[in-house]
Amino acid sequence: MKFLYLVGCNLRRKKLRTILTLLSILIAFLLYGFLCAVKEALNAGVSIAGADRLVVRHKVSLIQLLPVSYKDRIALIPGVDAVEHQTWFGGIYQDPKNFFAQMPVEPEPFLDMFPEFVISAEAKERWLKTRTGAIVGRKLAERFKWKVGDRVPIQATIWTQKGGETTWEFDIVGIYDAGKKGVDTTQMFFRYDYFDEARAFGEGQVGWYGVRVKDPARAAEVARKIDEEFANSPAETKAEPEGAFVQAFAKQVGDIGTIMVYILSAVFFTILLVAGNTMAQAVRERTEELGVLKAIGFTNAQVLSFVLAESCFISGIGGLSGLGFAWLLIAAGDPTNGALPVFYFPTGNLIVGLILVVVLGLVTGIVPALQAMRLQIADALRRT
Amino acid sequence: MSENSEILVHVKDVEKVFRRGSEEIHVLAGLDLEVPIGEFLALMGPSGSGKTTLLNLIGGLDRPTRGSVVIQGERIDQLSDRRLAGWRARHVGLVFQLYNLLPVLTAERNVDLPLLLTNLSKADRRKHVETALSVVGLSHRAKHFPRQLSGGEQQRVGIARAIVTDPTLLLCDEPTGDLDRKAGDEILDLLQALNREHGKTIVMVTHDPHASARATRTVHLTKGQLSSEAIA
Ligand SMILES: Nc1ncnc2c1ncn2[C@@H]1O[C@H](COP(=O)(O)OP(=O)(O)O)[C@@H](O)[C@H]1O
Ligand SMILES: [Mg+2]
Repeated sequence: MKFLYLVGCNLRRKKLRTILTLLSILIAFLLYGFLCAVKEALNAGVSIAGADRLVVRHKVSLIQLLPVSYKDRIALIPGVDAVEHQTWFGGIYQDPKNFFAQMPVEPEPFLDMFPEFVISAEAKERWLKTRTGAIVGRKLAERFKWKVGDRVPIQATIWTQKGGETTWEFDIVGIYDAGKKGVDTTQMFFRYDYFDEARAFGEGQVGWYGVRVKDPARAAEVARKIDEEFANSPAETKAEPEGAFVQAFAKQVGDIGTIMVYILSAVFFTILLVAGNTMAQAVRERTEELGVLKAIGFTNAQVLSFVLAESCFISGIGGLSGLGFAWLLIAAGDPTNGALPVFYFPTGNLIVGLILVVVLGLVTGIVPALQAMRLQIADALRRT
Repeated sequence: MSENSEILVHVKDVEKVFRRGSEEIHVLAGLDLEVPIGEFLALMGPSGSGKTTLLNLIGGLDRPTRGSVVIQGERIDQLSDRRLAGWRARHVGLVFQLYNLLPVLTAERNVDLPLLLTNLSKADRRKHVETALSVVGLSHRAKHFPRQLSGGEQQRVGIARAIVTDPTLLLCDEPTGDLDRKAGDEILDLLQALNREHGKTIVMVTHDPHASARATRTVHLTKGQLSSEAIA
């Protein structure tokens, strides 16, 4: 412990350099944290997708609708446990920038299919009683300061009402919470019966079906049977695991995300290289001083540990504050105003980040530390 | 191992060869030197003659290619690196031409450095540091950084650092080489006092006859060999 100030005082030697090095490490790890959150957001849904759930959509594309009558036919297929359906509403609340998803659903089959959306029994009861009722995710409610009992107008972009009205009004009857980490709580679900009766066109058509199979091991087989059931009909289907479906959906924005991830990774490693080089340089400049320490009687091992402690200290301070800031910024929420509904710092990535901090400290320190250790005193002093 | 108890340093038949690539540089060739306890020895010789090399061997900073270095009956050239470091910490005080203070530490922190390797308590270390600084007459500069001190003052801090552990042997490599005459004289006064009043055994490399005049004995190094008392 009494050696600690020997490490500390070297950081004060060139304050500007130390601060710049700390800052670049901080920024690198801030970037890293953000990167992880973005990546996680792009894959959101894939990781929480139920292994026992299939999504059935129109074979041609996601935009083509399927008849609502398929519901009963799917339910009869052996191996199918439950069925629900959803439709993309695509409405706007106040401003097109305020993007979030809205879907008409049938409350009971829907809530039964997705136990990860948690609402109170009272809320469910209200929903069943209120034709214009809608439930919204916790984050969404917080974002627009919505409460149960509020009436919110949504502008239709696709679904006008009979008579040409484009504004749909919904009564918020409940707020759902995430039953596990990674669940999207930025969506709005309202009642299909209200939707179907009021829409000007497309009656009896839905976007896609969610299907729960009895045995996850036989999901592929059930998917094939569903597609066979509707083969050669005007609306052929494509049934696939929920994870694959979410991924395909995310791909539309995901490619830009992937490019961003690559660029940010390159930036991250470049910053680390530069910072590491600076730290190594700082040690090399002190060769004679290390020689003096050895001449006085400090052992090779002691000198090695001073140098390592110094690099680990810089990396630790810079890295931990970088991860800390990343945590704070990510906790402040989705920076894109809705495009990344699930936005958090995954614990696994956080742990990897902490390991990276230690690795950075050791890697940047070890080469100069070994040099310092191997340094012959006579040679070191000769340099002066 | 029954050395003459009067002899502190015993360099026997030492040879030192440096290799620079394929080239061999023979610096010391069968050199013998005995330094009795309490001596203030001046080691003179032309530049490049091997004075620093010899001093490094005596101080355990380097090892001879052949021969032995015995100090207080201990063959230090055969100690492991680790034990040699411990030996240096206990027995040797080093004074360098360019002072070699750590620029980021205050005078007292610099003097404290060798004490970090002892088991002394913080309070005891403080006491030792104060004593050493007062011996060199720099108590009032304890909190100053090297760059705030003159060359002569820095060298006195260097001497305080060298004596703070009360070493057996004080080794000085051209301690006045970078100082003007007045500051140099003060350093020589100090070394002389350490020798006379505190009984320190000192080996001092110099090529200044003015400096060697203060020593109790002078030896000359030429062509890898010592010739004693060539010039009185
Ligand atoms: N580590 C080393 N590697 C190679 N040559 C060295 C080394 N140390 C000293 N020498 C050579 O040994 C000779 C004596 O050096 P040194 O002891 O420093 O001389 P002095 O101190 O008398 O000026 C010089 O020629 C120097 O170049
Ligand atoms: Mg020399």
